[in-house]
Amino acid sequence: MERRRFLARAATVAAAPALLASTPPAPGALIDTNVSLGEWPTRRSWAGTPAQLASRLRQHGVTAAWAGTFDAVLHTDVAGINAQLSAACAREGDGRFFLPFGTINPLLPDWEDDLRRCHEVLHLPGLRLYPNYHGYSLDDRRFATLLAGAARRGLFVQISLSMEDDRSQNPVFTASPVNAAPLLDLLPKVPGARVMLLNCSSRVLGPGNPLLAKLAKAGVWFETATLEGVAGISSLLDKLPDLRLAFGSHAPYYYFEAALLKLQESPLTPAQLAAVRHGHARAALASA
Amino acid sequence: MKRRDFLATGALAATLPWHARAAQPSPAGEVAASAWGSAELRQLGAWDAHAHVGTPGATPAKRMEYLVRIADRVGVERMCIFMSPPWQYEPTPEQFRKSNDDVLAVLKEWSSRAFGFVYLNPTHTRASLDELERCVADGPMVGIKLWVGCHCNRPELDPIVKRAAELDAIILQHTWIKQRGKGNLPQESTPMELAELSARHPGVPLICGHTGGGDWSLGIRAIRSRSEIHADLGGGDPVYGEVEMAVRELGAARVLYGSDVHGRSFASQLGRVLGANLTVAEKRLILRDNLVRLLRPALKRKGITV
Ligand SMILES: [Zn+2]
Repeated sequence: MERRRFLARAATVAAAPALLASTPPAPGALIDTNVSLGEWPTRRSWAGTPAQLASRLRQHGVTAAWAGTFDAVLHTDVAGINAQLSAACAREGDGRFFLPFGTINPLLPDWEDDLRRCHEVLHLPGLRLYPNYHGYSLDDRRFATLLAGAARRGLFVQISLSMEDDRSQNPVFTASPVNAAPLLDLLPKVPGARVMLLNCSSRVLGPGNPLLAKLAKAGVWFETATLEGVAGISSLLDKLPDLRLAFGSHAPYYYFEAALLKLQESPLTPAQLAAVRHGHARAALASA
Repeated sequence: MKRRDFLATGALAATLPWHARAAQPSPAGEVAASAWGSAELRQLGAWDAHAHVGTPGATPAKRMEYLVRIADRVGVERMCIFMSPPWQYEPTPEQFRKSNDDVLAVLKEWSSRAFGFVYLNPTHTRASLDELERCVADGPMVGIKLWVGCHCNRPELDPIVKRAAELDAIILQHTWIKQRGKGNLPQESTPMELAELSARHPGVPLICGHTGGGDWSLGIRAIRSRSEIHADLGGGDPVYGEVEMAVRELGAARVLYGSDVHGRSFASQLGRVLGANLTVAEKRLILRDNLVRLLRPALKRKGITV
């Protein structure tokens, strides 16, 4: 058995000279719910331009990607950042590959008009929020007002709980992960609010976490970029079969291939796989 | 320009093309989950420098069975395994012996897929040397795992490194740099401390576990001048740039794929190597050949041919 395996491997390594660099198309749609344009301030990127990012994603079978911009984390000209993001997404290919997710900072003066423009001028499908970099927590009443405003306008809301491992941040550029627990009280009070949490890490996605089960019950969406563990996706779905878990990569901050391989590592039924690859993402935007 | 963009984005929102694309029906049974269909991936033949058998299962061997089943899905052929749960930061001799007993139980049934590393706590120097004899000199294990029980630049490690070199047993020392060192556990080592240890033992190969973790750019620098130290890439987030920097600064021959399962996935750690901007030859070194080379002397002693 062992020898047969070894021989089989030796024979096929030679037959795969590109070492998985280019591959046949995957079955069906694949929606990446967590990519960003631009460069993270403390890292180089493998995707210098939106076109390079799109090219790599397409090469691996991604059919659409929900894009924020790293600029949204630190810049305060939010309206300008959102307009640039929207324009950059429109320029790529036929304008249908990247879906722009603009940001709002509810601590900035007249943020309400930024929200209005996201909806009425840019026609964005949703927002991506960075509470730990923008200076508020999820029990802040200004966040509640923003969430209600987004719900009224039918905007889907992504909340990034972290952007990088807080143990290895540059000491002059730190942000603690966002605590998602206040959503449990807030969501029932905001009818129509639709929320996805990005980059939850094992703090939320860890096995047997009671907060995860409660958030899932409240209808929150999650994505896979920071989901870890052996066969992480199937292990999580074994415990929470109804979890709204969508595919996400946090590219280009992460290597995109890390996310893609998670789909292969987990033994999933065709229905589970379709839900993660595109089903939950589509439903999230369709329920507007 | 502005108006054109406005029109383009307006049209995009109006037509909602992302909803419109219908999924192709999935065939019955297991389907290839990604563009990397299982067939090609399963033949990768990677050797994993860093694995823990903490997966579900009633016995250590059953836990390994589960781990192997998943490893097969992503082309991991062999794993260096060590430290059976529960984790103890500063284990007593009794605790590390119990942990090693679990690994020995795994090896009884899975020697075709696993290499055992003996878990020691150098604070208990005599007991660690005795355990090294039991598990490596007189047992089936081929390496040593040191975790967070004792700063690795301390003199207690010297007799262990000497004996390890006599036995051709490679040492994998956990390292991490949390909040630039301020957030480390009381006895947790850094790559800088491993470089100090290496300087006292020139010529003895060592593996820098995690290479400093998330602050790998510091870890890689810290071990750069010690050519005996190899960088284990595993255990951190798959942040772009680590693999490329390690190869640039250390050379591909000093870089190892390790996953740190079961806490991590195989996927995120393999993905960073497969996705890196490197040649195929460099990726092969990292995924397999470097670890084969490092383990070969110990495997030869045990009569294991690869
Ligand atoms: Zn480990």
